Amino acid sequence: MFYRETGQFKTNYQKDQQVFPIAQDRVFVALLLIVAFGVVPFVANEYWLQAILIPFLIFSLAAVGLNLLTGYAGQVSLGTGAFMAVGAYATYKITTNIPEINIIIVFLLSGGIAALVGILFGLPSLRIKGFYLAVATLAAQFFILWLFNKVGWFYNDNPSGTITAPPRTLFGIMISGPRATAEVRYFVALIFLVGFTIVAKNIVRGRIGRSWMAIRDMDIAAEIIGIEPLKTKLMAFAVSSFYCGVAGALSVFVWLGSAETEAFDIFLSFQILFMIIIGGLGSIMGSIVGAAFITLVPIFLTNAPALFGLPISTDLSKHIEEIVFGGLIVYLLIVEPHGFARLWQIGKEKLRQWPFPY
Amino acid sequence: MELLNILFVAPFLDMADSPVFFAEVVITGLLTGIMYSLVALGFVLIFKASGVFNFAQGAMVLFAALTLVGLMERGVPIPLALVGTVLVMIALAMLIERMMLRHLVNQEGIILFMATIGLNFLLEGAGQIAWGSNVKVLDIGIPDQSFEVYGILLNQFDLFAAGTGAVLVTTLAVFFQKTTIGRALRAVADDHQAALSVGIPLKTIWVIVWSVSGIVALVAGIMWGAKSGVQFSLSLIALKALPVLILGGFTSVPGAIIGGLIIGVGEKIAEIYWGPAFGGAIEGWFAYMLALAFLMFRPQGLFGEKIIERV
Repeated sequence: MFYRETGQFKTNYQKDQQVFPIAQDRVFVALLLIVAFGVVPFVANEYWLQAILIPFLIFSLAAVGLNLLTGYAGQVSLGTGAFMAVGAYATYKITTNIPEINIIIVFLLSGGIAALVGILFGLPSLRIKGFYLAVATLAAQFFILWLFNKVGWFYNDNPSGTITAPPRTLFGIMISGPRATAEVRYFVALIFLVGFTIVAKNIVRGRIGRSWMAIRDMDIAAEIIGIEPLKTKLMAFAVSSFYCGVAGALSVFVWLGSAETEAFDIFLSFQILFMIIIGGLGSIMGSIVGAAFITLVPIFLTNAPALFGLPISTDLSKHIEEIVFGGLIVYLLIVEPHGFARLWQIGKEKLRQWPFPY
Repeated sequence: MELLNILFVAPFLDMADSPVFFAEVVITGLLTGIMYSLVALGFVLIFKASGVFNFAQGAMVLFAALTLVGLMERGVPIPLALVGTVLVMIALAMLIERMMLRHLVNQEGIILFMATIGLNFLLEGAGQIAWGSNVKVLDIGIPDQSFEVYGILLNQFDLFAAGTGAVLVTTLAVFFQKTTIGRALRAVADDHQAALSVGIPLKTIWVIVWSVSGIVALVAGIMWGAKSGVQFSLSLIALKALPVLILGGFTSVPGAIIGGLIIGVGEKIAEIYWGPAFGGAIEGWFAYMLALAFLMFRPQGLFGEKIIERV
């Protein structure tokens, strides 16, 4: 009754081609943004922002990046954690050596460095495909983390081996370091996510996104119709690593405050892959929903025993958490292998006919 | 110049300097390689028969070893405990087929892969809840002593592991080539639909394959567990087996063996002769780089089926 595009006529091409062609969708997204910008930071307390919302925003950004590569260009990568580490360490290195550069520009520069590393490790994708490529990207994962651990130059020969976010300001407001408030850091992460999501959405519906999808569906056929596999695949690796690099930089500078290489280990890569699979491969919105799910479920599971007043030792509750998390993932994949994005699509179809399905 | 010397001259001089030590390194590498092969074998079996890239193989190794140790701790004699663990692994295979695989037929590879990562979490949690998460000693009475042959130091336990690996591979080869079930397995691996149409029960075959790889996981678990104790880190050897897998090819049993040997030897030589130049601890990524280098020339691994692409 409410969700129907009847009567919404498109009178010019610009309107026909817009990102959300249905008015209700536009209203929904606008409301979501208003809530995210205007309500959440003033309602949520410090714990909520720091433990749930900021990591959710940062993981969403990484998930959008990985989805560009895996969901749209069809190249499975297990090196996400390493590309995030590149972004984080590059930011640390640049901003500690040249503090004059604006921190936002440093984030973007680090994304660029992560993109270069991504291109380097994306080169094998021209020859290796499928699971062979997935395992080959693990080379990036282990090598990069080993490098950051071994070579003191990357963490300024800091004896503790960690990188710590120095205080940095933007327009006089502290946005990173121990004195930055959670609200400000939330806004930084949110602005990055919204900005980059808009860019991603427009990349995938344009020429580049179409060539990625052609490569994903069948790369030989794509080559025959004139898409260069070399350029297209490397572009996908570059853009995806850029996103992951920025997400990694944000995760140290606006979320964790300080980190070691362990923060970017292979389980982070798996986690982000889970987000896009659960959310839906080849769906930008799906990546964000998936990120919300994967970030929230462990937090819920950790707090659930206390919530119901069950006295369980932390060791046992950790294992139960593992079981429930694993079981839930298997269950979700069985119920809807195409993720939340497909559920949303089905829901929309239903909603369109409600309340009189014919 | 200094760097070139460290990378390209000094290691070879070291090797030529003490051939006995070099031989020792190679043999240790070969023996470690067999341990890697044991884990990789489980992956290959499942991938061949069902096209599932089973990331949970490492967790299965942990689960099997934990079950065995748990049974032995409760006073069950070794032979009975072994039989019991095998039964548990078969039951697990049936459960996985019934609860998971059956519902995921015809899905894309990546979905199945993610499902097995979920299974990985599940098994790790379940195994540790059932049997406790502290480090356990697994003693099945294999002597662990070193002796010398022609001046080369050998370890009895490693040799025993190698022998077990050889027996296991031979048994599997015979099982695959000579028995009716083995033929059915190969038929399923070749073409699911064709196999179904000549009356091979796909679901039974999957249970058998997962059981066999569960038993392989048990053997790997015994070997690794007896060497370094049964603990959580056992499930991480899956990460050691992955480069072996892509080097040898996902679909080849001999590939898993040869791949394991190459990785084992390569890793040991690199760690000992080139490790100092890189600052040590290169074992974590060296295997992946080695496999990657091989893949550049043969994208399907050394013994994998040739990938033929048509439009």
